[in-house]
Amino acid sequence: MAVTRNMDPKKSPMPVQDPEVRKNNFDEVALGYTYETAVNEAKRCLNCKNKPCKSACPVQIDIPAFIERVANEDMEGAYEIISRSSSLPAVCGRVCPQENQCEGKCVRGIKGESVGIGRLERFVADYHREHCTEKPEKPVSNGHKVAVIGAGPSGLTAAGDLAKLGYEVTVYEALHLAGGVLVYGIPEFRLPKAIVRQEIENLKAIGVKIETNMVIGKVLTVDELFEMGNEAIYIGSGAGLPRFMNIPGESLKGVYSANEYLTRINLMKAYKEGAKTPIRKSKNVAVVGGGNVAMDAARSAKRMGAETVYIVYRRGMEELPARKEEVEHAQEEGIIFKTLTNPVEVIGDENGEVKGMKCIEMELGEPDESGRRRPIPKKDSEFTLDVDTMIMSIGTSPNPLIRSTTPGLETNRRGCIVTDGTDGLTSREGVYAGGDAVTGAATVILAMGAGKAAAKAIDEYIKGKNSAE
Amino acid sequence: MYKIVRKKSLNPTVSLMEIEAPLIARKAEPGQFIIFRAKEDSERVPLTIADFDREKGTVTIIYQIVGGATMELDTLNEGESLCDFVGPLGQPSETDGLKKVAVVGGGVGCAIAYPIAKKLSGLGCEVHSIVGFRNKDLVILEDEFKAVSSKLCMMTDDGSYGTKGLVTNALEDLIKEGNKYDEVIAIGPLVMMKFVAMLTKKYNIKTVVSMNPIMIDGTGMCGGCRLTVGGETKFACVDGPDFDGHLVDFDEAMRRGTMYKEFETHAREASCNLFKQEEK
Repeated sequence: MAVTRNMDPKKSPMPVQDPEVRKNNFDEVALGYTYETAVNEAKRCLNCKNKPCKSACPVQIDIPAFIERVANEDMEGAYEIISRSSSLPAVCGRVCPQENQCEGKCVRGIKGESVGIGRLERFVADYHREHCTEKPEKPVSNGHKVAVIGAGPSGLTAAGDLAKLGYEVTVYEALHLAGGVLVYGIPEFRLPKAIVRQEIENLKAIGVKIETNMVIGKVLTVDELFEMGNEAIYIGSGAGLPRFMNIPGESLKGVYSANEYLTRINLMKAYKEGAKTPIRKSKNVAVVGGGNVAMDAARSAKRMGAETVYIVYRRGMEELPARKEEVEHAQEEGIIFKTLTNPVEVIGDENGEVKGMKCIEMELGEPDESGRRRPIPKKDSEFTLDVDTMIMSIGTSPNPLIRSTTPGLETNRRGCIVTDGTDGLTSREGVYAGGDAVTGAATVILAMGAGKAAAKAIDEYIKGKNSAE
Repeated sequence: MYKIVRKKSLNPTVSLMEIEAPLIARKAEPGQFIIFRAKEDSERVPLTIADFDREKGTVTIIYQIVGGATMELDTLNEGESLCDFVGPLGQPSETDGLKKVAVVGGGVGCAIAYPIAKKLSGLGCEVHSIVGFRNKDLVILEDEFKAVSSKLCMMTDDGSYGTKGLVTNALEDLIKEGNKYDEVIAIGPLVMMKFVAMLTKKYNIKTVVSMNPIMIDGTGMCGGCRLTVGGETKFACVDGPDFDGHLVDFDEAMRRGTMYKEFETHAREASCNLFKQEEK
């Protein structure tokens, strides 16, 4: 059906909670498009033939097709198209860095703003969740078993795709709750946990089994999972131990890793009145790092009642690796950006509590191997930030539990699992891996893309193996 | 769900629970730990494994009521279940090649020292156990230690049982008597482990301590359990919990251990008040 195009050069704005209000609560910041806004925004899509947006999507969603359905007010049709490619649409619509992916390639972005693809995806997923009463159907079993390690975005995507193909999939999760970084890391105000829960319920409805409290590498090994009748295994165990800077004072009381700080707040609900997991009541907080996790930690600290929250980052505003929207939201909420600044020491008081952070100013030199300009310390520029809490958000190193208990599983110098090509095959037959366990800390959608590619490869592997026999 | 098949009070504040967890029981080794959550909204708490029965499929924990979480655990009775029970986590204690070992346990730390003494004794190693308690009422596992040790020194702070004095006094006496230990294994309060390590350093005897820092996930994700060992940052959950006692920065560990003291005190008082209300 032909639709009248909306030629407005600007994207329909996302309604958000007022910064002055939201900095005091954990409710979702972005409120979502209304039905009318969604239809209107969908009409901005030119439905171009070569679909650059689709090729820029790590899970290859047929974006123009779903947007056309939205323009025609066929929301269930739109949902059906998205869910062919994505197992977690309500999540991706919220946390994907669309500006570097689909929206970054959108033709409308050349002479104006791109189509709000992420916002439309979110709308479709939310509309479906709020209106659909049918439970997804469980596909007929093909009799083959696959085990997935880790119930984060990567593992859940692989599990969902394999279950849709008829595999009997069991996901082993180390924590007491499925979701991985979606539940322990990304805060409620950016991704409500009820949405994650619902997406996981959908996976269970199509037959995915999730076993929590199972630390693979400890309670069961990869080899034992094979002995239990699994024909292939997908490792999506995620990021591992937090990195610290190895500067004096990092063991003082009040120094957190972002993982710990966010886990206490998100997974253990320390933000709720009467929560049983403690968290520090901070007044002045410095978050070290410039990624999405750093933004999450800073904005959470603000919501926990901190008066002053700094982002301390050694390069400039331009180099911040976080999504632009997250940086803007943080600024609106009053987070202070101390860029071109690097901590050199954490200072403690007589009780071992953090009372300040000694920093040095930086300037940018020649580009380094990452292509970004290398930060160099400025001489005699030391100063002290008056903070009582410091949150280190400078990345993670891979978890050793699986590599140390799986003979023949090749890992690289940094401890990441080595995979062959694009389908996630490791050095062990039948063992596939993806997400942060392979790449080191990256994004939810890249982890999902890896899970998707591996699910396809696992399907081909098992089919090939059984037809050869 | 993880069913409690046996619950027994060992002293006024320390209890034992035997819990149905067949997969964990199959793999558990002395020195490893589990993480439990008593109820749906409870905190995650690590506890070192006190015993396990591979055939019955059970894991035994011994806990002291120190804060809100252990208090909640203690409200559960035989036949009821824990919400979460995950493990076995951490590295098992190393026992290879040991011929003569002094096992030093302090207070509820004896619950963790015992399975190691038992394993060593089973391997044909000569075990001297030195166990210390504040007073007679708090003594636990005496018969168990006796059964696996060729020598048992019972110490109490007030002299109400065994010999009055500290575990370090007994250990130094044994060393001076000419006992040559391949290793000393010390498990108990941080301050006890610190002083045992200082003593054995003097005599140049390898010493292993079991650390029990604040922890959330226990699988190498949060980094809350970090310690400084030999000048390097180590994570008790994946690198430990056993470490070389001569390299651990105990003063730092003691400081970090008090991070949430106020919160714990508050939680304990709040729970106590709740119990008082229920009793009315």
